[in-house]
Amino acid sequence: MTAALTSTDPVLDAFASEVGSDDAVAIGGNRTRWTIGGLPSADARILPAPSGIVDYKPEEMTVTVRAGTTVADLHGELAAAGQRTGLPERGGTVGGAFAVGENGLYPLGRGRLRTALLQVRYVSAEGEIVTGGGPTVKNVSGFDIPRLMVGSLGTLGCIAECIIRTNPIPAVSRWFISEDADPFAVLSTVLHPSAVLWDGLATHVLLEGHAPAVEGEASQLNTIGTFTPSHTQAPPALPPERWSLAPAALRSLADIGSFVASIGVGTVWADTAQPLRPVDPAVAIVSERMKANFDPTGRLNPGRSVMNSGTG
Amino acid sequence: MSVPADLYNRLKVRLGGGTHAATEDEIADPLVVELRAALDADRVKMDGAQRSLLSRDASVFDGGVSGPVCFPETTAEVQAIMRIAEKHRRGVVPRGAGTGLAGGAIPLGAPVVIVVTKMNAVLDVDFANRIAWVEPGVVNLDLTRHLQPMGFHFAPDPSSQQVCTIGGNVANNSGGPHCLAYGVTNAHVQAIEVVLPNGDIAMLGGLDAEPQGYDLRGAFIGSEGTLGICTKVAVTITPNAPAVRTMLLSFDTIRDAANTVSAVVAAGIVPAAMEVMDQRITVAVENYVHAGYPVDAGAVLLAEVDGLEADIAIDADRIAEIGREQGATEVRLAADDEERAALWKGRKTAFGAVAQIAPDYYLHDTVVPRGKLADVLDEIYAIADRHDLLVMNVFHAGDGNLHPLLVFDKRRDGVLDRVHAAGAEILEASIAAGGVLSGEHGIGVEKQAYMDRLFAPADLDHQNRLRQAFDPTCRANPGKVIPMGHSCADIQALRAVPTGVWG
Repeated sequence: MTAALTSTDPVLDAFASEVGSDDAVAIGGNRTRWTIGGLPSADARILPAPSGIVDYKPEEMTVTVRAGTTVADLHGELAAAGQRTGLPERGGTVGGAFAVGENGLYPLGRGRLRTALLQVRYVSAEGEIVTGGGPTVKNVSGFDIPRLMVGSLGTLGCIAECIIRTNPIPAVSRWFISEDADPFAVLSTVLHPSAVLWDGLATHVLLEGHAPAVEGEASQLNTIGTFTPSHTQAPPALPPERWSLAPAALRSLADIGSFVASIGVGTVWADTAQPLRPVDPAVAIVSERMKANFDPTGRLNPGRSVMNSGTG
Repeated sequence: MSVPADLYNRLKVRLGGGTHAATEDEIADPLVVELRAALDADRVKMDGAQRSLLSRDASVFDGGVSGPVCFPETTAEVQAIMRIAEKHRRGVVPRGAGTGLAGGAIPLGAPVVIVVTKMNAVLDVDFANRIAWVEPGVVNLDLTRHLQPMGFHFAPDPSSQQVCTIGGNVANNSGGPHCLAYGVTNAHVQAIEVVLPNGDIAMLGGLDAEPQGYDLRGAFIGSEGTLGICTKVAVTITPNAPAVRTMLLSFDTIRDAANTVSAVVAAGIVPAAMEVMDQRITVAVENYVHAGYPVDAGAVLLAEVDGLEADIAIDADRIAEIGREQGATEVRLAADDEERAALWKGRKTAFGAVAQIAPDYYLHDTVVPRGKLADVLDEIYAIADRHDLLVMNVFHAGDGNLHPLLVFDKRRDGVLDRVHAAGAEILEASIAAGGVLSGEHGIGVEKQAYMDRLFAPADLDHQNRLRQAFDPTCRANPGKVIPMGHSCADIQALRAVPTGVWG
């Protein structure tokens, strides 16, 4: 009797052979966030993950894609069927996006990245292909390995293939800008903006939906300030560093320099790096045990640690 | 596929219970003495009635054996219980309202049962962070009622929401009809304070955008009490939609209803909910609560869209159009809140309604790709016919989450064997269609023996590694989820634990 989720893809089998089971390895994507958590040690072999879209079912709102596929290629394919995902579009790969675990600009509108991964296949430290999660949009069959892999920086397994939840692309997407509105009033004024970005001067709001609803929301926005359609119809340029804060903490961004803050989410892009965050000692113990259980010899991405992230 | 004899026998055998008072030996047990010193004596129950009551949950499975039953009121008390249990090498079973349907709260091996129902305060509603800190014993619907006047609600809405607890929702990663658009519990929990099996207190996740480290929060949600016990939860609060439309589409066949669901999603619409009920269940519901369902339709689709009036007006029209293209014989828009409430009352009391048909039911829970719904439903009816059983279908169609309901009278000879055999075949049909074992009820003891139908040995080994990172000695809810043969699920060992004292 064969388990239903057993892999039969020769491309994944070849990737598993390449990862092997002995020496130090790390997976390199497009290296858009390569320094997060520290660089892999010099003796680690850097391998690419396999690429390609394996299966796309628009009516299921799911796509099966190999980890080395770029987010741009994936979104290009999905757009043809009127869909997209919550993965950030910044030049990286699908596997890299999940390994790093950072949200894109639009978690308010498209959901958090960590909820987008339905099933993950990865090569374990022992060189075996392991499957976690399942292909359906709803699933509580056993422990939630996909959640563990998101943000794990390739330290628990080499992500090979992902099944991702897709979302429909709304009929209309419009950016509006105001220089006199209170950015923190936006969320209590319109029901579901897809992004509210604030740089200390201007508030940028992305509204999405059917045209009449976007028009209605835009007029609501004008009850808290003067909003005009953005000339660029694009988000503002983002400073290079990234902070992770609670949404309420964005009200007191005093000495951070120039920034763009994601209101209602808590991400802040800034020129300076976020100081390392304190780690709960009990969480550190469980995390160390998790790493030791998944990678007993420490061969997966040695030198990089999830407890050292946030300073990308 | 036959029912694994071991699973069935294990569940059939009632290991303990009874209503006797605690014996002097039991009261003198050092474990009990220490627990009673840590809590008030009257919050550590050990009489037979209490232990018998908590030896089972809402599932069809016979109970296990409960050890002392503790009712802590604070995190510190939970920590004290955990440490005492560890000292005595006793398992612990967290328990909310006991509404689970997969046997997840059934105590195996006379564990200490930790009931969180006295920890039921909404601690803080934090509008700036759009979260509420709640204790695990808060009832799901009570939380939503608390938030409603402030313009918010808690989105997961399982059918048991009038009694089930937030702690139980976290343990099961609970869903409900409105999870189609809003997502299951995982998408609505940002941080969890847990007491680990060794008594350490850990804060998993956080309110910040991307908490540092492994997503232990995500790993904990849906772990069915096997990683520790949650004592405080930061849940996302969701703004109430300003407008809602609820529609009832009638069809001649359940296939037409299922195909409509696929077509709606393919058209790029994600309704708040899409629920399908077959004729048998609508008739039962009508007899029970007179909700206004048509009794002559082969199946009905209850579709709800919510959000901005301008958005949902367009989506509702499109859903009606798609329904008619797929053969809807009637499309009815609920005229007012009263009609809407009646339709939902009918849907949510469906399981109560079947009591008029037969005294017992076994509610299954599998997920299949939406495009396979119609084919798998055909198979389910055929399976029930083959086993001479009545099956009724009422389910979260939008998610592909089937809930076949086998109704029966267990007093009839051999009927339980047929119920279990049919259940196994339904699971098999779902897996063969590319589906999974459970959409929202979990594995518990119910589906342990089927885990290797979905997962390969290496997959299960890695799930076990995750579990042991939290609980190296496998004391939290022992004997659940991971199938036998893996180190955390040695049922034989669990049975050998001191039934002499507790049996």
